[in-house]
Amino acid sequence: MAVKTQPVTVNLGPQHPSTHGVFRMRVMFDGEEIVDVEPVFGYLHRGSEKLAEERTYTQIVTLTDRMDYVSSMLNNQAYILAVEKLAGIEPSPRGVWLRMIAGELQRIASHLVATGFLLQDLGALGTPLIYSMRERENILDLFEMLCGARITNSYLRPGGVFMDAPGEFWPALDRGLDDIVRSIDDLETYLSGNEIVFSRTKGTAVLPQELLINASITGPMLRASGVDWDLRHRAPYDYYDRISFERKLHTASDNYARYWVRVQEARESVNIIRQCIDQIEPGPVRPSFDDVPRLIRPPSGDAYAAIEGSKGELGFYLVSDGGIAPYRMHVRSSSLINLTLLRDMLIGGQFGDLFVTFGSVDLNMGEVDR
Amino acid sequence: MIGLGLPRGFLITLKNFVRPPVTEQYPDRHVGLLGAAKEAGMNPVHFLFKRPGDSIKAIAGLATVPVAVTQSSRFRGNEFTFYEDRCTACASCAKYCPLGIIEIASVPGQIDAQEGESYKLEVFDIDIGRCMFCGLCVEACPYDALHMGTDFERSKYVRDELVITKEELFAAPKRPSAFYRPQFEEKRFDPFQETIDDYHNAGRHERPSDEELKRKWVDER
Repeated sequence: MAVKTQPVTVNLGPQHPSTHGVFRMRVMFDGEEIVDVEPVFGYLHRGSEKLAEERTYTQIVTLTDRMDYVSSMLNNQAYILAVEKLAGIEPSPRGVWLRMIAGELQRIASHLVATGFLLQDLGALGTPLIYSMRERENILDLFEMLCGARITNSYLRPGGVFMDAPGEFWPALDRGLDDIVRSIDDLETYLSGNEIVFSRTKGTAVLPQELLINASITGPMLRASGVDWDLRHRAPYDYYDRISFERKLHTASDNYARYWVRVQEARESVNIIRQCIDQIEPGPVRPSFDDVPRLIRPPSGDAYAAIEGSKGELGFYLVSDGGIAPYRMHVRSSSLINLTLLRDMLIGGQFGDLFVTFGSVDLNMGEVDR
Repeated sequence: MIGLGLPRGFLITLKNFVRPPVTEQYPDRHVGLLGAAKEAGMNPVHFLFKRPGDSIKAIAGLATVPVAVTQSSRFRGNEFTFYEDRCTACASCAKYCPLGIIEIASVPGQIDAQEGESYKLEVFDIDIGRCMFCGLCVEACPYDALHMGTDFERSKYVRDELVITKEELFAAPKRPSAFYRPQFEEKRFDPFQETIDDYHNAGRHERPSDEELKRKWVDER
């Protein structure tokens, strides 16, 4: 006898621990199957782009920290690149190497957070999350040595960074990298071959390559479908053209592929940092105040600069009218754009996979709503 | 290989189960008899006989000792270190603050003006309740008068008490953070152990000698 069912609409969030912030989904279920999804966001909107219009170019660095708060350094880097392009600033080499090291450390931290929370959403209550948070803590300690803050770093300034790394940073970084490699090995041992992870993530929420490209999805989500698109390689910014690294691709484009690409990228970031340490040169970390004053007045015009953030292409678009503050700032936030395929990923799937799929996008509400 | 994933995973969790915990207990740490004796500065046997009550507590696992949290010397803490003798009331800090929470008012200080300057601070308030500790004010200070602090325990019941006034800043212990102050790192100054009370030692440069000052201000004019 067939059971008669009726669709039911459920509000998930915004105050839900699995929504990675304050995100709300209005989901219609038919039994266990998802029939319709309507994402509702904007609960964390702080108006950063508007606030930027009345702050000087250096002061906006503090706002970018708070956009994607698990990868502040990368936000700083994207913004500073846009300012340097807009104002025609030639950065100091040592400052550039330092911000590349900081950015890659931040990428590892962000991917660890993404992996930990993905497994938390899978139902692995605690263990992977606590292990990855423990390793992230070491990276945050390194940030504290560099700039005195753990999460809201504000380390970068137009033309470089505000202060050279202290002497105890370099041995600590060496130790930290070894620890990170060891922990990623562990992570792969207990997760990448785990049958429960296989059965829950393989073959779920498969996205075709064409759809990803048409929706302008970037980052690990795109590389998990086999598209070799990494801005560090395609449009090298800073000194990435002097670095050789392997781009890790997966072709399955399912939740497992997205997880796998992140773990491999974290491993590759360690290689990049080691190359940076080899190539870093002594010198000033930022241009003198005669070349780049504290109060920058870029000429009228606009500039767009993008980096390969931890979640995809993170771009800043700045328009200047010649004043001390930008006329307009726009952020191309990878989290928001990666979220646009949520319906395609979820509809037709099971209720149990909903938060797994959502976690595999690796979005951050601070960046979605800005 | 399918079938081995789970046992391998459990080996990792077993490895983590036996490794020492990384958790830092705060603000107090539970200690046993040995730790309590060490805290009291006695040897354990002595401690056991001299203070039997405390010893029983320690053996029962009820004794606690305060923990000093390890911080980097560049830590941007939430209390500021301020040297009034270095300040010229130029208000750079107030201008560079992204939130505009530093209130500064100066008067022409005719009577008790310090040497080499003609302005005197009247008001210097920092609204810590809105501060985000970005450190731009410290970076802007041209005379190294304002430094970040290293303390972070400053909770209050009333928001108004979070405003640090001039008097409070003057009276606070001078434990400046090395944030944007490379001279402290060169001198290997440890803000968690010592203080810098003399404002001459907080500057970016060596104090010029009298001859150098004379040459600069008298001979070259």
